[in-house]
Amino acid sequence: METPKPRVAVHKFSSCDGCQLALLNLGEDLLTLAERVELVHFAEAGPLDPDTEVDVAFVEGSVSTPEDIERIQHIRQHSRLLIAIGACATAGGIQALRNGADGAQWIAQIYSHPEAISSLAQSTPIASHVKVDFELWGCPVSGVQMLAVVNSLLLGVAPRDNADKVCTECKRNGYPCVMVSRGIACMGPVTRAGCGALCPGLGRDCYGCYGPAENANTDALAAQFASLGLTPLDIVQRFQSINSQAPVFLAAADKLRMRGDG
Amino acid sequence: MSAPPAMDSGPPHAASVVARSQESPTIFTLKLRLDDAAAQAAYRFAPGQFNMLYLYGVGEVPISIMTDPEARDGIGHTIRAVGRVTRGLAALQPGDRVGLRGPFGRGWPLQEMGGRDVVLVTGGLGCAPAVSVIHYVLRRRERFGKLVIIQGVKHADDLIWREQYDRWAKLPDTQVLVAADEGAALWPWHVGRVTELFDLARFNPARAVAMMCGPEGMMRVTAEHLLARGLPESSLYLSMERNMQCAVGRCGHCQFGGAFVCRDGPVFNWGEAKTLLAHRGF
Amino acid sequence: MFSSQPNHARFLPLAQLHTLVAKLMQLAYQCLGPAVENGAIVMRELDAPDGLPRGLQAEQSPGRYRLTRDPLNRYFAWANGPQAIKPQAFAPKESLWRVERDDAGALQFAAVEAVAPAQAIIGVRACDLAALALQDAHFLSAGRRDAHYAKRRELLFLVAVQCAEPGATCFCASTGDGPTPTAGYDLALAELAEGFVAVAGSAKGGAVLDALNLSPATPQQIDAARQQGQAAAAAQTRSLPGRNLREALMSRLEHPRWDEVAARCLACGNCTAVCPTCFCHAEADEPALDGQSSRHERVWDSCFGESHGYLHGFNVRSDIRSRYRQWFTHKLATWHDQFGRSGCVGCGRCIAWCPVGIDLTEEVAALTAGVQP
Repeated sequence: METPKPRVAVHKFSSCDGCQLALLNLGEDLLTLAERVELVHFAEAGPLDPDTEVDVAFVEGSVSTPEDIERIQHIRQHSRLLIAIGACATAGGIQALRNGADGAQWIAQIYSHPEAISSLAQSTPIASHVKVDFELWGCPVSGVQMLAVVNSLLLGVAPRDNADKVCTECKRNGYPCVMVSRGIACMGPVTRAGCGALCPGLGRDCYGCYGPAENANTDALAAQFASLGLTPLDIVQRFQSINSQAPVFLAAADKLRMRGDG
Repeated sequence: MSAPPAMDSGPPHAASVVARSQESPTIFTLKLRLDDAAAQAAYRFAPGQFNMLYLYGVGEVPISIMTDPEARDGIGHTIRAVGRVTRGLAALQPGDRVGLRGPFGRGWPLQEMGGRDVVLVTGGLGCAPAVSVIHYVLRRRERFGKLVIIQGVKHADDLIWREQYDRWAKLPDTQVLVAADEGAALWPWHVGRVTELFDLARFNPARAVAMMCGPEGMMRVTAEHLLARGLPESSLYLSMERNMQCAVGRCGHCQFGGAFVCRDGPVFNWGEAKTLLAHRGF
Repeated sequence: MFSSQPNHARFLPLAQLHTLVAKLMQLAYQCLGPAVENGAIVMRELDAPDGLPRGLQAEQSPGRYRLTRDPLNRYFAWANGPQAIKPQAFAPKESLWRVERDDAGALQFAAVEAVAPAQAIIGVRACDLAALALQDAHFLSAGRRDAHYAKRRELLFLVAVQCAEPGATCFCASTGDGPTPTAGYDLALAELAEGFVAVAGSAKGGAVLDALNLSPATPQQIDAARQQGQAAAAAQTRSLPGRNLREALMSRLEHPRWDEVAARCLACGNCTAVCPTCFCHAEADEPALDGQSSRHERVWDSCFGESHGYLHGFNVRSDIRSRYRQWFTHKLATWHDQFGRSGCVGCGRCIAWCPVGIDLTEEVAALTAGVQP
């Protein structure tokens, strides 16, 4: 049964490190994990060896600078499997809000030495640049999801992709629907499960940080948001947040804008 | 239709892979044996029934049993590697361990076949749930009339068990008709739709039993043809595929109208299934 | 709950309601009663015999639920909340079995027994009891008895209450399932101004009732409770046709209304989660990280989800139209084939808790318009 431990790297691109923290925060499970895989590169945890050959590369963050473009190619060439983790890596992240704006103008307004900033006009997901074997959505991803992915890889099978809605987890947890009981604009019905319905469980509306679910009926949800009293601009902003460039959310926002509502 | 009692709906039974063969680039066969010798000796199934195969840490899949019920060299399952579990099963080698629950469901109408012509029309891997009927008939050849085996595949490379079709084709009173939508070099059979072969099939509709397994579109067309040739609806059967997770009519995924395919099927009489089969999405 | 049998009904004065809860607690039942959470009335554990809240009420309409106060400050003047009995008998998530793997790869399987407390649920409604009877028919039928459900179910003590104030989404009178409980309870209460008409529906309910040493209810009190039930039935504003809809719906499988409702439906599955009769569940493995064991879990599933119709490389129901139609025709049409009645008990939860307010009764009317009754 004893096979060599899979070699694993965790890489960071443009991101806040929150997804790597999901791994670091696993506590005891991380120790068990360290016995079953060889963590060869994980800057946040210590090991540094970004150029080595690995079985699995977890990539956090979006491609946002000219240097990122070269680096992701290099990682792809040296990794048997490449797994994008988190909203930045799967949809461009919060920083992709600049994709629809004049980024150069923002830089000029914010930084005293704008010429020192080297960034691409667009923040893009990893899959826009290289082949990605599996995407784990979320901002941040959850430790439970990370473990499930690693476990699947250790078993030699593809990770389970759950694109069902947040509502499925919300109802299993016994949370009453906040959209119905409080009239707040919850993104749960169009958002991917995986977080365990964290926000609705605290009486808050889901804000879509896990990205679009399968068969997301954004038109119907937008119509309901309008009848809850949201302005067209409010509704556009619901879809234009952490996963603004996820195609389904972007299309929903564009549709509202084209109608002149937003 | 025969349905020996299912083992149970509880945990699977430990089983081992005793043989593995690669049938095509994506299709493979696993022969399994229950680790508990008494359970293996007591294991009985009817052609057309299925087992739930469990891959450690991953989950279960329903797979029809393709061996002859009287074969004693393991319980055979021919599988296409397409999902998480089946791709994982594809990596198993003899000696590896799995879980097995079964057999489940209602099998082919063997009791009704006595003395009659037997017609099997299958498409793609639909041949797997039906092949145990062929084995069954060949082992008791004198009890049945003509045997007609019709199999269609998308591409010539998708045809598995070629030597068996060749062998069956040489048997008396047995007709084998195979078609591939797309042929290949040295393809000895028909190139085109399997439906184009129907007129060549020689059997007596009034005294035949026909069984179909394959894509639902293919089965609808086949049914139209067979009924038009005078086969009574009551003599036409099909095996259906749906999502099955519990295999005992509990989890709800395989509901097809008022039927649970895992328990009330997977073999149905055409009359039971035809209404809903006419609509996509059930 | 009202029979002609003499002395079957007792009278529990308002001030003594806590003695019923105390008795159940003394019998070691974990007592669940109404509580407010996330703006809704939910069933949660009572911490003390006098812990039942008064005056709770909620307004319900399609896609909308708002807490209000009952001006009469009654205990049970609310119609149902999002859940009542279902999660207690059919757990939203539980382990079915586990498997150990040794270093040689050998597998050992073992069933996981349900760990369930004895629970008394105070405030279940007639619709919930009718739904439970259907869940029983599904999970406890001969030959496929579900051990996990059976264990939880047999430990339940059900205190039903008559609905005096139906919600605007309620239509149990039209399905024949309420508003007065008729069967399936251990105890049933009808709340009047000064106390409760109480009847037992089981031996264990009878023992509890006897232990409370109550006086018989007067004929006037029983009559008041009966009239209250009739008034509650008459007050319901929604209804389903009182006939088997099987043929009407199954002859309209390509009706344009399915496309129309699919355009509004979020396919979020909330209707199936709050529906007290929906029983679909998914099974999945949760392997331990050390590679030596795995638990086989089941969780509530929904025919509105992506994986429900998945099989071997394609999806039978990839679009919302076919998923809505699957749910709707199963619940109201082919349920008759499986259980001898419709799967709808008129609780109205799918209407109130649909985030976009799709109204089942309205969809039935649209789909069956023009069909001879």
